[in-house]
Amino acid sequence: MSLDTVSSATAHPESAQPFAELGLKPDEFQSIREILGRRPTSSELAMYSVMWSEHCSYKSSKVHLRQFGEKKPAEGWPQLLVGIGENAGVVDIGDGWAVTFKVESHNHPSYVEPYQGAATGIGGIVRDILSMGARPIAVMDPLRFGPADAPDTRRVLPGVISGIGGYGNCLGLPNIGGEVVFDASYLGNPLVNALCIGALRHDEIHLASAKGIGNLVVLYGARTGGDGIGGVSVLASETFSEGGPTKRPSVQVGDPFMEKLLIECTLEVLHAGLVEGIQDLGGAGISCATSELASNGEGGMHVWLDRVLLRDPTLSPEEILMSESQERMCAIVTPADLDAFMAICQKWEVEAVVIGEVNASGRLTVEWHGEQIVDVPPRSVAHDGPVYSRPMQRPAYLDALQADAPDRLARPATVEEVRSTLLTLIASPNLASKSWITNQYDRYVLGNTVLAQPEDSGMVRVDEVTGRGVAVSTDCNGRFAKLDPYNGAKLALAEAYRNVGVTGAVPLAVTNCLNFGSPEDPEVMWQFAEAARGLADGCLELNIPVTGGNVSFYNQTGTTAILPTPVVGVLGVIEDVTKRTSIAWSEGDVIFQLGETRDEFAGSEWAHVMHGHLGGLPPKVDLAAEIALAGVCADGLGWFHAAHDISDGGLLIALAEMALLSGVGAQLEPTGDLFVWSFAESTARAVVSVAVEDVQRLTALCSSQGVALQRLGVVAGDRLDLGGPIVTIAELREAHEATIPALFG
Amino acid sequence: MSETRVVVEVMLKPEILDPQGRAVKGAFARLGFEGVADIRQGKRFELTIEGDLTADRIVALETLAGTLLCNPVIEDYRIVSVEGAA
Amino acid sequence: MTSRIGVVTFPGSLDDRDAARAIRAAGGDPIALWHGDADLPDVAAVILPGGFSYGDYLRCGAIARFAPIMEQIIARANDGMPVLGICNGFQILCESHLLPGALTRNDHLHFICRDQRLRIESTNTSWTSDFTAGQEIVIPLKNGEGGYIADDATLDILESEGRVVATYVGPNPNGSRRAIAGITNARGNVVGIMPHPEHAIEALTGPTTDGLPFFTSVLTSLLASR
Repeated sequence: MSLDTVSSATAHPESAQPFAELGLKPDEFQSIREILGRRPTSSELAMYSVMWSEHCSYKSSKVHLRQFGEKKPAEGWPQLLVGIGENAGVVDIGDGWAVTFKVESHNHPSYVEPYQGAATGIGGIVRDILSMGARPIAVMDPLRFGPADAPDTRRVLPGVISGIGGYGNCLGLPNIGGEVVFDASYLGNPLVNALCIGALRHDEIHLASAKGIGNLVVLYGARTGGDGIGGVSVLASETFSEGGPTKRPSVQVGDPFMEKLLIECTLEVLHAGLVEGIQDLGGAGISCATSELASNGEGGMHVWLDRVLLRDPTLSPEEILMSESQERMCAIVTPADLDAFMAICQKWEVEAVVIGEVNASGRLTVEWHGEQIVDVPPRSVAHDGPVYSRPMQRPAYLDALQADAPDRLARPATVEEVRSTLLTLIASPNLASKSWITNQYDRYVLGNTVLAQPEDSGMVRVDEVTGRGVAVSTDCNGRFAKLDPYNGAKLALAEAYRNVGVTGAVPLAVTNCLNFGSPEDPEVMWQFAEAARGLADGCLELNIPVTGGNVSFYNQTGTTAILPTPVVGVLGVIEDVTKRTSIAWSEGDVIFQLGETRDEFAGSEWAHVMHGHLGGLPPKVDLAAEIALAGVCADGLGWFHAAHDISDGGLLIALAEMALLSGVGAQLEPTGDLFVWSFAESTARAVVSVAVEDVQRLTALCSSQGVALQRLGVVAGDRLDLGGPIVTIAELREAHEATIPALFG
Repeated sequence: MSETRVVVEVMLKPEILDPQGRAVKGAFARLGFEGVADIRQGKRFELTIEGDLTADRIVALETLAGTLLCNPVIEDYRIVSVEGAA
Repeated sequence: MTSRIGVVTFPGSLDDRDAARAIRAAGGDPIALWHGDADLPDVAAVILPGGFSYGDYLRCGAIARFAPIMEQIIARANDGMPVLGICNGFQILCESHLLPGALTRNDHLHFICRDQRLRIESTNTSWTSDFTAGQEIVIPLKNGEGGYIADDATLDILESEGRVVATYVGPNPNGSRRAIAGITNARGNVVGIMPHPEHAIEALTGPTTDGLPFFTSVLTSLLASR
């Protein structure tokens, strides 16, 4: 098959091109023709097809994501050093330190190949963080699967866990938290979101821009192969030569050792001041890296594609442009610095090659053995892709669903029934101990992990001298989001904010991974729009910015979409990690609930587990109360003995979790309706324990901050004593710890 | 230039526990394939060596097979085939 | 000079910084060693840290053991220089035949990270002299290939010669023969240990501070042998 060059495209304007097979719509194809003033070459078509895909261009979500940048206080966000639009946002955490963090999805590949899908998900997000100039310091994994006892969950879950552990452990990144949630709607569409945190000094921030005419574009890391080129190729010919490797595995395979070398090599070249701009290669590989670097920089770049080091010498230029081979980075290096850059790559045994040059042409041009195969305006590829305002429609079922409140469901009436409900709930897959999973992750490497699962948030020390650190939590209750996407998103934000706040850290910034069904379904699109609006409004009220994030659409099988799942990650800063508050209380502590309880059970674990019921309106959002609660916990640093947020399952589950972690129980004094006291899921609440001598101090503090305070009891004994039937820690532990190993061990 | 293709297999010594082989055996049973007495998992190395293999090179190859490709404490190696190709 | 302790970084080493931190915490002077250097600088002892050198490809430690720096480390170890191999380092010591036996895949086939109780069986080594015999400690265990194996004759020799340094207390976490968590050579200067003492040196980030005596022991031993 002859090479389709720019001159061929001009000479043969009417050649048939498989734009539809590449996922482009007729009007998109027409746009490309207009932008170029001719038909695209097959290489250009390949570039546009990957860069204008939903995953890369955010075409269905852009109009809604804009509000994250637009809804902000008049004076902006002082802590935001790099905002939305770069590989990851960067936040000032004080003392000249900055932190970059982001969460991304790798959902569909994890369904196809759980181990590699999850592994490469970790790989991809780590490279995003690395490309900001930061040393990655921790990872987290918010995961969602179908029902725990479904056969396909047995196929997917162990592979995903092994993949995350296998890749993350080998990179030497502690896994400090995450989630595992089971729900029928995720069967066939598991959600594998991966979050990475990196730390850097302010002057180490690097951006993905190709600046400086004459600077060189260096591709380094793993060789390029046929990974991830999904579906149909541009090539008409399907004849494979004998001995040629399988051309288009749709699964990317990760090499964490290569990524570890890439991390060390990259940090060394960055610290040596040898890099003008840097970009990682993720979705859309070389197409993305070159067009984004060019677009953000001087605007012009020339690439010699035949210089790319290949694992598979039979790849066509189109395939090289679309390849998603892992563990590759692209750096912009001055000619004077090139030798030093290459020497460092050699030291780490990382292959590197100059594949291009920055120029003032305003075009991205690519040649293949002397022939021009790409000549495009880089912005048109990287930033000015199609933007859709998809039709939206409030779901027809929503009124009835919201009206179907859980009030009429049979409630436990006696203490004995509450006790038995507690044991059932704590053994249910969503509330059961996840240590079988989290024990497959290294939490200790790097020696800076201060809090990790099952604490409310993960906390790592950033400065070993001063003790400054950060805490991160990810949360989302998909059931709440289905009942009310706008408030559901706010509730996810509130929970993550609260999980950070209870440790004593001060929430500073937000990332998000918006997992939804098909954007071509108006009801899903409505959910998305509402969730984005709720998140943006919530961030404004809480006064913390969205620094970046990810959208994953098309999580649905046939017409059944997943629960709308806007996963929200909140990051907070703590000046001295030694003062942090964990969830482990001490014998003799007095236990309090901060915040108010209401009779709110819609979307609760109780309604779900005990009655299989989903309906009503989710718990009331009160962001002012969340701010006050977090403020109290920050003031409690150093003298609070324990603090734990109250969320899934309600107060009694939170108390049980504290008893299980500490090994000491509690003598409790329930007030009001025992059932509501035990299992309601009202927001802006936490359990706090303090020494007897600090009770006055706590009372005064809460009163001054307008936070409701209610005494719950004292920490003592080997049981939770509700004043009547008791449940021992041993019984709780057996129920809590048996479920997950029995299903997956 | 001519090439020689060498295949080396490395297996755990028979007395060493092979938990991976055991896991695979369990999978066979679960998938309904009965009568599998044992499964042992090993490694296969396919070497493409430039030129022909002289006697000296064969000795050197055997040394590397016995010290690098296999851990002689727990594994045995076997040179399965040597094929010249023009 | 007796406080200079080298920590080797191989491609893929992960716990080298943590080992350096532990040395510092014990009052020593950590010296970074590069796998590719044939010459060993002036150090009184060496630590081979945990991690996934060369990605654990081929076999754990199989490629690292041929690193240029290993030649001098092996020579000096044979001359009595204290060498501690932690986790991947233990694997490298076995592959280099400085220690007998081998480490294999955990019998349950999963990577496991847990706070592990150990019994210190021998204090007659450069790295455990600051413990008392029979002392129980809790330090993190985190690996996928931690099952220690050797033939019965070797195991009998290790036990009868008091060369088992530490054993697992409680359920065997990885299938190690005779619950062996760490061993030493005949001279007591080369020790391999599967769990990670460097992650148990400060209460803030570890389960205990029980790991610190590994690092103070060598400093004590070095001072004593001066």
